[in-house]
Amino acid sequence: MLEFRKDIFADERDDNLHEIGQPTQRQDMLGHVTGTSPYYDDHRFGNLLHLKILRSPHAHARIRSIDDSAAARAPGVKRIIRAADVPVNLNTLLSLIQFGKDDEPSLAADVVRYKGEPILGIVATSERAALEAMALVRISYDQLPAVFDVEEALKPGAPSVNATYPKNTFEYYNKYDHQKLRYGDVEAGFAQADVVFEDRYQMSPIEHAPTETNGSIAVPDTNGRFIVYTSTQALFFSLDTSAKINAVPSNQLHFIGGTVGGGFGGKVDTLTEPLSILAARLVGAPVRYRFSRHEEMQFGSPRGGERIYVKDGIMRDGRIIARSVRAYFDSGAYTRLSSYAVVKCAAHIPGPYTIPNVSGDVYCVFTNRTPATAMRGFGVTALDFALECQMDKGATAIGMDPLEYRILNAYRDGDMKAHRREAKNTALIECAQVAAEKANWPLREEFRRMSSRKGEGTARPGIAPDRSRAPAVPAPARAPAAAPQRISYERPTPAALPPRPAPPAPPPRSAPLPPATAPAGSTHGAPRFSSVFGTRRR
Amino acid sequence: MAKHRGRGVATINYPIGMNLGGDPSQALVHSNPTGKFTVALSSIDLGQGMKSVTRQICAETLGVPVEDVYVDTADSDTGPHCMGSFASRGTHRVGNAVMVAAREARAVMMEAAAEELEVDPGDLETDGKGSIRVKGAPHRSISVRDVAIAAQFRQGKTISGRGIFLVPLSDVDPETGEMSPATCYAHACLIAEVEVDDETGDVAVLKMTSAYEIGRALNPRLVEQQLVGGAWMGMSHALYETPEPYYPDPREGPRDFNEYLMPGPGDICPHDIVVLERPAPDGPYGAKGPGEMCANPVLPAVANAIFNAVGVRINDLPITPEKVLRALKTRSGAQPARAR
Repeated sequence: MLEFRKDIFADERDDNLHEIGQPTQRQDMLGHVTGTSPYYDDHRFGNLLHLKILRSPHAHARIRSIDDSAAARAPGVKRIIRAADVPVNLNTLLSLIQFGKDDEPSLAADVVRYKGEPILGIVATSERAALEAMALVRISYDQLPAVFDVEEALKPGAPSVNATYPKNTFEYYNKYDHQKLRYGDVEAGFAQADVVFEDRYQMSPIEHAPTETNGSIAVPDTNGRFIVYTSTQALFFSLDTSAKINAVPSNQLHFIGGTVGGGFGGKVDTLTEPLSILAARLVGAPVRYRFSRHEEMQFGSPRGGERIYVKDGIMRDGRIIARSVRAYFDSGAYTRLSSYAVVKCAAHIPGPYTIPNVSGDVYCVFTNRTPATAMRGFGVTALDFALECQMDKGATAIGMDPLEYRILNAYRDGDMKAHRREAKNTALIECAQVAAEKANWPLREEFRRMSSRKGEGTARPGIAPDRSRAPAVPAPARAPAAAPQRISYERPTPAALPPRPAPPAPPPRSAPLPPATAPAGSTHGAPRFSSVFGTRRR
Repeated sequence: MAKHRGRGVATINYPIGMNLGGDPSQALVHSNPTGKFTVALSSIDLGQGMKSVTRQICAETLGVPVEDVYVDTADSDTGPHCMGSFASRGTHRVGNAVMVAAREARAVMMEAAAEELEVDPGDLETDGKGSIRVKGAPHRSISVRDVAIAAQFRQGKTISGRGIFLVPLSDVDPETGEMSPATCYAHACLIAEVEVDDETGDVAVLKMTSAYEIGRALNPRLVEQQLVGGAWMGMSHALYETPEPYYPDPREGPRDFNEYLMPGPGDICPHDIVVLERPAPDGPYGAKGPGEMCANPVLPAVANAIFNAVGVRINDLPITPEKVLRALKTRSGAQPARAR
């Protein structure tokens, strides 16, 4: 059941709209429910060929020799694709936005760095013919020591996973092996805190588990162009990546996406398009490269398994005065997008709370496993798990209600965040209040009356003006005397900040509506909506 | 041996769009000669409703009924550049680009209508039903269809618009991490109620109650499908899934859905959702984007509820019956906290 609380923030909204806010049926619904929405694999070609990939059985090994002569002569085989056939056989996804160095081959040339790494492509008249030919390929390997644990990978003497980043960490700003976040003086904060505690959180990798596995069909078009039907989540991202790897001008490629059978972040990596295009170019016929379910589960990039250490320093009155976070993102053997998630994670520290002393150290670590990639909540899901479990432990440690503890420390409009930007347009407190009311979770009156907005509701309570207990903030960031009941942090002087881009113009608004008649703290009269039951008024 | 109930909570926020910005999207809007509009995008509809949301934004901005707008996606020859459907950016970035394009097209449409009605364009308004009329004199009106015909065949005007939306790329200070990660944030609080069997270690999620602040719910049905589906994914992440059950040891990975455990329909619990709308100053009609965030609060809320139920903290996901039983054994059995 979905319901709205239109009474909250009503003065900030123009609700006098025609189409916005309507539960309009989706444009593609008829196609979906009648099974006629076209997926990439619904396109049919009489002369379609099939590409299957021979993958490494070892987590880390040097390829000594490859003998594919018997496979090349096998029935139905049209072409073997080797590393030397790939025009630009080293790429990193974010090279399109100039972030990171090329580190991942499309087909491994000399070393395989994870179990499942592509080595050889076989183009045949059927998937079965390709798989039967694959069984005839002979590869000899020298196995190398492998490392699977992020902290083991950082120890001296650990096996080096990625030739581009031999120390097993992504390089930030040509300078650091991790992303830093520094705000206030976290050690001084811990020294002043009544309670200090640290814990370790370990996320599990997750499979995106899309109904439709990754895949694409590349079709030679007239005039030297290729049409590519694809399951990608990011059409031009995949097009530009494919053009780079194939060393063709981007306008030789015509990408057609369409309905995607589930993405969740697992269809950004452009895992199939570069090789299906290369195969179509080499054989001059349409080629399909689609993952089997086994490939999707084990060799399509998963969500990585992050390890996070969180240390909090809190006061008996409930204030968190220091938080440090050390996080390791398991990128697998190559970068893909984990380097980006690390920065996003650092930006998210310390969560939606106002804490005067914060430090963060976030690492993108290479290990000998399937490269990880984006998944719903990339860079944030893991940190939220760690921080919100930590919040629960903090509340328990000082005997406070865990929801009141969150409301007390919640960031509000005008607070300074650890990445040194002012909090605006915040609504954490209101979400907590509304959820508590809905779930009959008792909150004390002063917590029910707090507000995210400046000059509204009750100030943060319980903060005695005890100077010896003042938060350890740098001298210029002392709480102003005029607001002793509110933890407040002065911002860095404007000169210390880079010029901020002007925000885009807000959408046009007509006169604000009169305040909703529903009394605050009650859902009476709130419009309710459910796609099952429709809109009704309680 | 008993089943113990407990409740846990999590509060979160989520940044909208790619971290640091620098992720543009474009849109083209044009009318056919009889006043029906097409939005051309290269953006991808993953099932999240990209087509539907941009269609409503375009119709609202043009001032025409939603049936008169069709959104064409995912073609690199006809759709202008879009960074992609990820990072909770579709509604915010693409929606803004469509809004800019629709405003430009609307301006031409109003000029053409003004010429037909022989008034100043500033004196005209759309009725949202397919007509353009003189403010205060609704009997003086013209249909969008007639305006499009006149623009195309008599006035030689193209009722079309181009739009792009870009949050400029932020620098990052290597020493302090100072940066502008996002221009707006969505918010949520979720309370999970679980039942833990101290004999089997099995955890059942009985109920979820949540409040989401998402700027503006452009389409409540699409919001509901995201929040309900995302909560299921979060519950699955918390209690069931992993392709590496002995992580970081890579042994014994599942190969298909027979070996990869996910909750089935019988494991899904009732979920009461309340939506709050605090418009983002730079969002299309204030919208932020509920896409990614809705899995996030479920994981810690479930872990915290387990603690509330039986007194054990499981810090490693997924929280399998084996982990719960081992933790209970270490603590010599369930020690429920104060009931909530």
